[in-house]
Amino acid sequence: MTQPASPARPVTEKSPPADAPKSPWRSLVTRVDVRTLSLLGVLAALVVIGGVTEPDAFLDTDNLQLVLTQASVIGVVTVGMTFVIISGGIDLSVGAIVALASVWATTVATQEYGFAGILFTAVVVGLGCGLVNGLLIAYGRMVPFIATLAMLASGRGLALEITDGKTQMVTVDSVLKLGERDSYVLGIPPLVMVFAAVTVVGWLLLNRTTFGRRSVAVGGNAEAARLAGIDVRRQRLYLYLLSGLCCGIAAFLLIVLAGSGQNTNGNLYELDAIAAAIIGGTLLSGGRGTITGSVLGVLIFITIQNIFALNNLETAVQQIAKGAIIVAAVLVQRRTATT
Amino acid sequence: MAPEPPLLTMSGITKSFPGVRALDGVDLHVQAGEVHCLLGQNGAGKSTLIKVLAGAHQPDDGTIVWRGDEVTLRSPIAAMRLGVATIYQELDLVEGLSVAENVYLGHEPTAAGFVVRGRDARASTAALLRRLGHSEIDPARLVGDLSAAQQQIVSMARALSHEVRLIVMDEPSAALDPDEVDNLFRIVGDLTADGVAVVYISHRLEEIRRIGDRVTVLKDGRAVAVGLPAKETPTREVIALMTGRNVEYVFPERAPRDQDGSPLPDPVLVVQGLARDGEFAPLDLELRPGEIVGLAGLVGSGRSEILETIYGARRPTGGQVRVDGRVLRPGSVRAAVRAGLGLAPEERKAQGLLMLESVTRNVSVSSMSRFSYGGWLDRTKEREAARTATRELSLRPDNPSVPVRTLSGGNQQKAVLARWLLRGCRVLLLDEPTRGVDVGARAELYTVIRRLADEGLAVLLVSSEVPEVLGLADRVLVLREGRVVHTAPAHDLDEHRVLDLVLASSTPGPTLTKGPHGPATTEGSPAS
Repeated sequence: MTQPASPARPVTEKSPPADAPKSPWRSLVTRVDVRTLSLLGVLAALVVIGGVTEPDAFLDTDNLQLVLTQASVIGVVTVGMTFVIISGGIDLSVGAIVALASVWATTVATQEYGFAGILFTAVVVGLGCGLVNGLLIAYGRMVPFIATLAMLASGRGLALEITDGKTQMVTVDSVLKLGERDSYVLGIPPLVMVFAAVTVVGWLLLNRTTFGRRSVAVGGNAEAARLAGIDVRRQRLYLYLLSGLCCGIAAFLLIVLAGSGQNTNGNLYELDAIAAAIIGGTLLSGGRGTITGSVLGVLIFITIQNIFALNNLETAVQQIAKGAIIVAAVLVQRRTATT
Repeated sequence: MAPEPPLLTMSGITKSFPGVRALDGVDLHVQAGEVHCLLGQNGAGKSTLIKVLAGAHQPDDGTIVWRGDEVTLRSPIAAMRLGVATIYQELDLVEGLSVAENVYLGHEPTAAGFVVRGRDARASTAALLRRLGHSEIDPARLVGDLSAAQQQIVSMARALSHEVRLIVMDEPSAALDPDEVDNLFRIVGDLTADGVAVVYISHRLEEIRRIGDRVTVLKDGRAVAVGLPAKETPTREVIALMTGRNVEYVFPERAPRDQDGSPLPDPVLVVQGLARDGEFAPLDLELRPGEIVGLAGLVGSGRSEILETIYGARRPTGGQVRVDGRVLRPGSVRAAVRAGLGLAPEERKAQGLLMLESVTRNVSVSSMSRFSYGGWLDRTKEREAARTATRELSLRPDNPSVPVRTLSGGNQQKAVLARWLLRGCRVLLLDEPTRGVDVGARAELYTVIRRLADEGLAVLLVSSEVPEVLGLADRVLVLREGRVVHTAPAHDLDEHRVLDLVLASSTPGPTLTKGPHGPATTEGSPAS
């Protein structure tokens, strides 16, 4: 069999835990890689900027650990969000689900069940909210924007109802310990390991399973997917469940990180997660996107935030910079897409 | 007419789309005050021509002379400024705006440059509607609340709200009942009496005879007759002009069947009384392995709807579909696919393909369970299977990793066929399989389809191109307005006969109610 001619660029695949890419897919891999590489370039540039402006503070191990830890919570949410956006949907309720799961999992009653009780509750609340979203969207034929907007409102409301606006301190030692330095393995915080694991699983799910294929097909052309025999509605339900699950995991990470549960947790996570996915090259209209890109998007965001904080720049400036980055990323991607 | 220059002279208009030459040097001459009819089969180039005239398409070549001056119509606005208004078949009204707002959309009467003078707009809209004989339509009502016929009137009022000298009407009578058609003709008469020219497109030949002055016939992107007298030219001659072909399609030989006396295989697909109210009347159909059955009919005759209902993409209002004797769950595509049905939809890009994805993924999408273990994909196996299927159909390029959007129309269609071939489907439903496919590639597709049938697939083919149905199918069902009006072996029919059947209706057909159906007798027109 003759090999089809494919662009003979070398595969400079770095990130995902791929099996060695096989040749016929090389063209595809390299195409994805141009985008990934440019994101890596931006991240590297940011690290250089951080290293130059605040050499001591930025490159300090503690600070790098902090950056990665902060990235973990929003990162896990972004992985779920990426799947939803790839399938042509949107999930505005992620922040509210994180808040609700974090307060439900830290009530006095839940904490009696210890570590497992907290983890279990966070995940189940996340899945439950995802189930409601999914049922409304897939079977109730509601527009994702509206269904998840409703979930955002009522989730936040319920979280406030549970806490009555108070911070719920975590008293379970095994949970608190996870966030402490003693639990770091080879200098890596457990939260970061969870984030890495979610990323790897998400990558495999998207690129190596029928679930991932179907998600992309539904987002690329729902009508064609339906006529090809895919159960589009069931797939949509699963996708919102997945997003809910990610929120549950993120809520648990946040509980560990903050040592408490609060109804204001996860504020504006939906916007950060959507922005990270878009920067990472996910099409808001669906049908195309990568986990690697989204995770790099998260890291870029968090690094900027960190550099700005270290340089004593106000939050206001940070947010303006974030906005500018979103616009720049989309403009650059449009150019690379047309060439 | 006075010896003044013609209102409009289009000459040598040429327009190509990727893979298709839609117009190939077309001429059209229109005089002020005449009704000029534009005839042609689907795909003959009528729509492209009127879009060029409306400024929506830019011609590759040719000239347009308007009242003695050569003009370039760069945009729909430019055409409107000259006085060309177009009423498209798909109405282009904004349902959430009122009648008056629609009529004056884009040229609202304003005060101080931007304040819309709603009362003025409503008053002049009311005047326009009166002129059109529909003063009962309230200019303040939302267009979305009006009937289709009333919306048509609003469209016309919008055309007349400009200083108009030429109105193009694309199948204006399609959505109208007989009374409304009479009113339409009265309006056309009034307009032409005022010196406005009307370019009238219709499939109904008898309408053209009633109101037309002259006829231009298009076929395969060429004008085969320019300015024939509408009332004197015999119907037979018009049909002959519409059908006589320059391009001879090459159809594969049919395998000899039914001749060795061996019993026919049992039908794989049995459709009984399948119906959708308002779309098509109860339909019976049997399809045997190795057989190609064609559905011939005009756009809107229910062809695609029938196919999609059999496939479960639309929920029937009655009847059933059986595959190998087992009844399919109605309205379920998944049940149909699992039972062995496959559809190549009419809108290949919108309904058939995942345009952002590779050929492999487009081919494997319906058979993923065969390359996966607990949801885990074996991509090597997937790729090899897709490659085998696409090679089988000689899909070019021979590299299934390329994005499907880079393929030509014919090869995209092969990718859809390869999907079902890989799935091992037993009944193939083909909706306009050669739309957007250039002539050379068509013959190849025909060969592929015939070969698949010879290998035991049952094929149900829908096409607006009569020669295609006749050349490819073993048996043909002729549809008109949702009803099968004739069934015959393909070799007992010819193009004229089918077109007679398809076009025969002189009144818009009876509305679809339950009634006797099946092979009906055919009205009048003798077969040649």
